[in-house]
Amino acid sequence: MSTGSVPRPRRPPVLPGVAALGLARTRYEVRTFFRERDAVIFIFAYPVIMLAIFATVFGSDGSSVDVGSTSIPFAQYFLPGMVATGVMLSSFQNLAISIAVERDEGGLKRLRATPLPAASYFVGKVGQVLTSSLLQVVLLLLVARLLFDVPLPESAGRWATFAWVFVLGTATGSVCGVAFSSLPRSGRSASAVVTPVVLVLQFVSGVFFQFDQLPAWMQHAAALFPLKWMAQGMRSVFLPDEAAALEPTGTWQHGLTAVVLLGWLAGALVLGVRTFRWRRRDDG
Amino acid sequence: MTSPADAVTVVGLRKRYGETPAVDGVDLRVGRGEIVAVLGPNGAGKTTTVEILTGFRRRDEGDVRVLGVDPAEGDRAWRARLGVVLQSTNDLAESTVGELVHHFARFYPSARDPEEVIDAVGLREKVRTRARQLSGGQRRRLDVALGVVGRPELVFLDEPTTGFDPQARRSFWDLVAGLRADGTTVLLTTHYLEEAEHLADRVVVVNHGRVVAEGPPHTLGGRSARHALVRWEEEGSVHEERTDAPTALVARLADRLGEVPGLQVLRPTLEDVYLALVGDDERRETDEATR
Repeated sequence: MSTGSVPRPRRPPVLPGVAALGLARTRYEVRTFFRERDAVIFIFAYPVIMLAIFATVFGSDGSSVDVGSTSIPFAQYFLPGMVATGVMLSSFQNLAISIAVERDEGGLKRLRATPLPAASYFVGKVGQVLTSSLLQVVLLLLVARLLFDVPLPESAGRWATFAWVFVLGTATGSVCGVAFSSLPRSGRSASAVVTPVVLVLQFVSGVFFQFDQLPAWMQHAAALFPLKWMAQGMRSVFLPDEAAALEPTGTWQHGLTAVVLLGWLAGALVLGVRTFRWRRRDDG
Repeated sequence: MTSPADAVTVVGLRKRYGETPAVDGVDLRVGRGEIVAVLGPNGAGKTTTVEILTGFRRRDEGDVRVLGVDPAEGDRAWRARLGVVLQSTNDLAESTVGELVHHFARFYPSARDPEEVIDAVGLREKVRTRARQLSGGQRRRLDVALGVVGRPELVFLDEPTTGFDPQARRSFWDLVAGLRADGTTVLLTTHYLEEAEHLADRVVVVNHGRVVAEGPPHTLGGRSARHALVRWEEEGSVHEERTDAPTALVARLADRLGEVPGLQVLRPTLEDVYLALVGDDERRETDEATR
C-alpha cells in the first residue's frame, strides 16, 4: 500500500523487548477490561456491592459476631471475605472467562501470528489483574471505612500479612484461571462453566456466612481449595486477634495458608503450561 | 524450482487428519513480489496449507520454506517478516481502530506508521470506532491493517472477502493492489474466481488436497481450455467451431458469407476453466447443500 517508499532497513531488525511489550499489553488489557460492562459489574464491582448489601441487611439492627467479650460488627466480619472474593474474581474468574473467550473468538491465534512473545502476553494479563484487583481492594476498603465505619488495621505487621496474602492469592488465582480457561468448550459457555465454580467456593469458604457455623464436612471440603485460605488470611488482617478462636484450629494458620496457596500455584502452573492452547479445541 | 529468491516454496506437502488427507502432495512456489491466489472449493485444503505455512500446524510430509525458514521452526524474527490475515473473527471487539493499529505496530521492529496504514486501508473515518461496531468490510480492512502494519515481506490472506457485497469486494481488491505496489508478496486463498482473476499474477487451483492447475489467470487450464469458440448462423441454423485460430476462421467465413450473420467469438472465462477442473465436486456440493 502507498505508505511511502521507505526502503526496507538492511540492518538486522531489533525486536521490541519482552518487558516493554508486557507493559504495552498491560495498558491494552486494563483498557479493554474496563470497557467490558460484564467484567466491570460482575468482577470489579461485585464484592463492593455484596459488602454493601450484607452489611446493610445484617448490620442494620446493630447485630454482630461475638467472640468471648469481643463483639465484631457484621460489616467488619464480612469485609475479609469480600476482599478474598474480590481477589478470586479479579484473578481466577476474570482470566478463566476472558482467555476462553479470546481463544474462541480467534484473538489468541491472531496474536500468535505476530512476533508478540507469549511471555509479554501473560505479563499483560498479570498486569491487568494486579491493576484491577488493587483498585478493587482500595474501593472495597474505602466503602467499608467510610460507609460502614469498619476500623482498618493500624499495625505494619497486619498490612504485611495483607500484602503477602493478596499477592500470593492473586498469583494463585491468575495461574488457576489461565489453566481453567482451557476447560470451557466455547467462549459463550465460559461464564456458565466458571461462575458456578466461583459461587460454590464462595459459599463453602465462608464468604457469605460465618465459616465456623458451616457443617464440619463443608469446612473440610473448603479447606482443599484456595479461597478458604485467602479468606482466613484476610480475617487475620481485618479482625481482632480474639477472632482467631472462631477458626477451626483456633489459630490463623499462616504457614498452612502459604503452603496451600503455593501448592495450587505450582500445580496450576504445571497444568497450565501443558494444556494452554492458542487455538480453539476444534481448530486442530 | 527451489530458489532462495522465492518467498514460499512447498514440495510434496502432505497433511492427514485421521484417515482423511487434507493436503495430499501439494507443490507451490511464490516468487518475491508476486501475488498468488490459491483457489479451490471449500475443504480443498487451502486453509490447512496456509496454516502449515504460517506455523500454526505441523505437516506430515514435505519440504516447506517460507522466507527461507521452515515454518515449524519459525521464531519471532521470522514472524516479524510475515503478515497473517486469518479467516474472519470477532475478537478485539472493545478496542478502537486507532488503538489496535497503534498497539499491533509496537510488536514489530520496523513497523509502518500506523496513521498511514489507517489511511491506506480507508478507515480514517472509523479511527475512533470500536471494532465491534464496524461493518464486515471495515472489519476485514482492520484485519489487513493489523496484518501489514509490521511492514511484512509476505502477507497471507485467508479468504479475505468471504461474505462481502460486490462493492466492498472491489474496494478491498484496490487495497490488495496497493500492497503489490509496495512490493509486498501476497499469498491469498479464495473461492471467488473474479477475485483470483482480478488480483493474482498466478492462480493455483487445488482440489482434494492437490494442485490441479496452475498458471497466470489467462492461461489457466492449458491451451486447450483457451480454445476459442466461433459461432455463426448459416442456412438458417447455428454453427459452432472450436479453434486455436479464430481470426483465420472468421476471415474465411467473411470471404464466403460477407457480413457473417450472428457472429460470436467466445473464449472460456476463468469460471468455465475452473468448473471444468473442480466442477463435478462443486455441483455435488451444491446438490448436497440444496437437498
